[in-house]
Amino acid sequence: MSRKVLLIEDEPNIAEAIRFLLTREGWHVETHAEGSDAIEVIQGANPDLVILDVMLPGKSGMEILRNLRQLEGMQHLPVLMLTARGQSRDREMAENAGVSRFMTKPFSNAEVLTAVRDLHAQATRS
Amino acid sequence: MATLNVLILVCLGYVVLLFGVAFAADRMAAAGRGAWLRSPLIYTLSLSIYCTAWTFYGAVGNAARSGLEFVTIYLGPTLVMLSWWWGLRKLVRVGRTQRVTSIADLISSRYGKSNTLAICVTILAVLGGTPYIALQLQSITLSFSIFAEADPSGLYREGSSVFWVAAGLAVFAILFGTRNLDANERHHGVVTAIALESVVKLFALLAVGVFVVWGVAGGIGPMMDRIDASEIGQWNVDAGRWTTFIFLSAAAFICLPRMFQVMVVENADEGHLRTAAWAFPLYLLLMSLFVVPIAVVGLDLMPEGSNPDLFVLTVPLSQGNDWLAMLSFIGGFSSATSMVIVTAMALSTMVSNHLVMPIWLSTQGGAGSVSGDVRNVVLMARRVSIAVIMALGYYYYRLSGGGAALASIGLVAFAGISQILPALVGGLFWRGATRTGALVGLTVGFVLWIYTLLLPGMGGAIMPDSVLQNGPFGWGWLRPRALFGIEGMDPMVHSVMWSLALNTAAFCAASLLSFPSPLERLQGAQFVNVFDHSVSPAGWTGSVAQSEDLMIMTQRILGSGPAQEFFQHEAEAQGGRTSLPEPTPGFLERLERELSGSVGAATAHAMIGQIVGGSSVSVEDLLAVADESAELLEYSSQLEAKSAELSRTARQLREANTKLTQISEQKDGFLSQVSHELRTPMTSIRAFSEIMRDTDGLSAEEQTRYAAIIHDEALRLTRLLDDLLDLSVLESGRVSLNMGGDTLGSILDRAVSSSLAGSHPKLRIRRSRPSERIPLNTDLDRLGQVFINLISNAQKYCDADEPVLTISAHDVGGQVVIDFTDNGSGIPPEAQSMVFEKFARVGGDKAGGAGLGLAICREIMQRLGGEISYLPGQGGAAFRVRLPLAHRQAAQ
Repeated sequence: MSRKVLLIEDEPNIAEAIRFLLTREGWHVETHAEGSDAIEVIQGANPDLVILDVMLPGKSGMEILRNLRQLEGMQHLPVLMLTARGQSRDREMAENAGVSRFMTKPFSNAEVLTAVRDLHAQATRS
Repeated sequence: MATLNVLILVCLGYVVLLFGVAFAADRMAAAGRGAWLRSPLIYTLSLSIYCTAWTFYGAVGNAARSGLEFVTIYLGPTLVMLSWWWGLRKLVRVGRTQRVTSIADLISSRYGKSNTLAICVTILAVLGGTPYIALQLQSITLSFSIFAEADPSGLYREGSSVFWVAAGLAVFAILFGTRNLDANERHHGVVTAIALESVVKLFALLAVGVFVVWGVAGGIGPMMDRIDASEIGQWNVDAGRWTTFIFLSAAAFICLPRMFQVMVVENADEGHLRTAAWAFPLYLLLMSLFVVPIAVVGLDLMPEGSNPDLFVLTVPLSQGNDWLAMLSFIGGFSSATSMVIVTAMALSTMVSNHLVMPIWLSTQGGAGSVSGDVRNVVLMARRVSIAVIMALGYYYYRLSGGGAALASIGLVAFAGISQILPALVGGLFWRGATRTGALVGLTVGFVLWIYTLLLPGMGGAIMPDSVLQNGPFGWGWLRPRALFGIEGMDPMVHSVMWSLALNTAAFCAASLLSFPSPLERLQGAQFVNVFDHSVSPAGWTGSVAQSEDLMIMTQRILGSGPAQEFFQHEAEAQGGRTSLPEPTPGFLERLERELSGSVGAATAHAMIGQIVGGSSVSVEDLLAVADESAELLEYSSQLEAKSAELSRTARQLREANTKLTQISEQKDGFLSQVSHELRTPMTSIRAFSEIMRDTDGLSAEEQTRYAAIIHDEALRLTRLLDDLLDLSVLESGRVSLNMGGDTLGSILDRAVSSSLAGSHPKLRIRRSRPSERIPLNTDLDRLGQVFINLISNAQKYCDADEPVLTISAHDVGGQVVIDFTDNGSGIPPEAQSMVFEKFARVGGDKAGGAGLGLAICREIMQRLGGEISYLPGQGGAAFRVRLPLAHRQAAQ
């Protein structure tokens, strides 16, 4: 069974870059660019990993994450959060919301790949 | 002939009688009995200390020397009593309401509690009083010596007898004059004793007179014949001297410290003045009735050269009537002792209150340290003062040698003490009288009196004859007895005229020229209008009803608990019959002390006074209250001002802080947004450049595509930076406008072609060219930038299948209005208010703009003097640009 990642990102070029990287790593990449229905999309897609942008149209990534963690079976879903707003306050908020890994843009491709590998390894071990 | 021993025994017996009377009267007064002690009769008799030994012996001597002139000394007081008793009543009322202790105190009190004035009056009174006391001592000594001459034993020694007389009088004055501290608590003992003495001296003089008329002359008829035959029976009236003496004796009657003591301080009831108004002149009439007969008979009977001052004694003696002579001696002794005792008391009060106590208090570190032993200090000061004054009189007598120089001293003293009159009468009747006026007048009168009367009278040792003859330094116009060149006057008349005239003039002038202090002004009103304000004072007595009021007041000040505790404690101390204590003086005093701890001494006194009502609240009390309140008010208004200032500062700080916080938040928000806008394209650029660097075997197609993305994102960054810079320049207001003239149509033409160049000409633009022929004078590039932005937005965001942008222009009320309306779904209402804010992108980021375009448009339109707004309800997105037509006119 192939590993599935759900990429929620409204910036098409960034989404394309991540899709390229993870596809080559053997991931099945699904993308979504809207915040408002992101929870339903996650539930529907049932991914192994979620990459979540913060500044999304309709609903912020923080709120999506907070709501997601309330849902049954979603407490341990690995969520890698990416944001262009790299202030410490945002990192705190993300950690409080239950993020698995927090990264600021612009990131290096290697960092993203390492993070995805680590998160997946942790998830499968537990 | 009576022996000296008998005389001394009689004297001692008489003194013991006086002691007994005084002691009994004091006891009766303390026990609350003896209403007759406060009767008008006693009051009238006590006034007769006006008749001293000088009057008793001297009147006859005076008559023998100057004829009827002696009458003037009786006429002055008689006139005052008969025609000016209403003025005396005012004096008495003022003295009682102001709790005056002496004439110095009265003057000081009237002129704003000036101790300087009090000291002046005190010195004047002591200077005038000391020779007067010496005169009394002399009269006693002389009368003793008359008996001693005839006494064969030769035991009599003049010096020691004067000393013992002076010492005895001092002891009497101390014993009965300083028993009570409050000078307003009357000296019943002393007053009763001097009333007795006045009866004795009147009786003695009348007895001698009766003896002379009926015993020597043989009846009224023969007596009248003798008088007619005598030189002194002639009416030799020197108008100047008579007027002067009548005036002088009247003034002295009011101003003499001892007269003030008995008339004002010892007065128990104003009503007594009504009786005294006729009874005292009657007394004087009786005193003067036999003066001329005694003088005439004395001149007839006695050998040439005998002292006429002693006719009262020597005439009965020469007739062998020893017992009458003894009675006469006792009469003279009475006159002298009563005068000396009261004068010593009055002067000692002044000296201790105005000289000793201020000095003592200042050495004790201020008047604040008033404790229990002050009472003893005051009493001691009075006792020492009496002793010192008696000693002064004694030494004056010894120094002057007891000669004839003393005889004239009575009138000299009168003239001196009369200098107080202008300040006293002016203070009572003229509200304009001021302290400066009183001080200047008093000083002028005092100096002139010393210069023209006192010093010339003391002989060549003190004032050389050359000065008397030629004036000081040879200035003739300053000759003491011919001031300003007015010669040929009687020295007494001359001195009194000048000193009192210049005194009064200086007093009036200085009063008119100076301004009274508030305290003086109020005291002045209190004195002049004393009958309007004051009630007849009663003692500090109260009822239990007043205790309730006091309780209520105390609760308000001390609080309910402490007040009840204090009252309960006091009630228990009184025996606890009632729950509230009786308002005894002791209790009131303690209450006042208790309250003064909270509200200040003056307020406490005024409050208790108001409730107990016994003493009306004096101006002094009220002023002190006002001072205390003023201090409090000033303090609280200072506090208020400070607190207002603080709260104002706090508000300003709060506002500044809010503003700073807002600015800081705005800055943070802006930076965060800028950061986000910069990081997003950079993320794509980094990601794809790493992909191109690290990934082997990318297809050519992929390489081209990724390079194009990098290129686009780099352009996006550049645009963003351009926009940011543009916005910052516009917002800072430092933008310089490049004005030019063109029609609206051609500006739009350029904007449309620039916006649509290089893109798919998918957007159709509908215009109405005839309405665009409006000439504009503005910054054409900037206006074009706004148009391009609006057209690009329509191009980017219009979501219609066949997007159409309608541009219409109108000329409305002096403004060009240009509407840009597309046929898309428009901007959702909740976002409409936000579209002109920075980074406010609506509906996703598909067009890749930074969200600064409309913010820049708004800034530009503001700079151009117009505005840009969103037009809701037009179907699609609609923007309206307005520009004032004034620019068009400027272009023409």
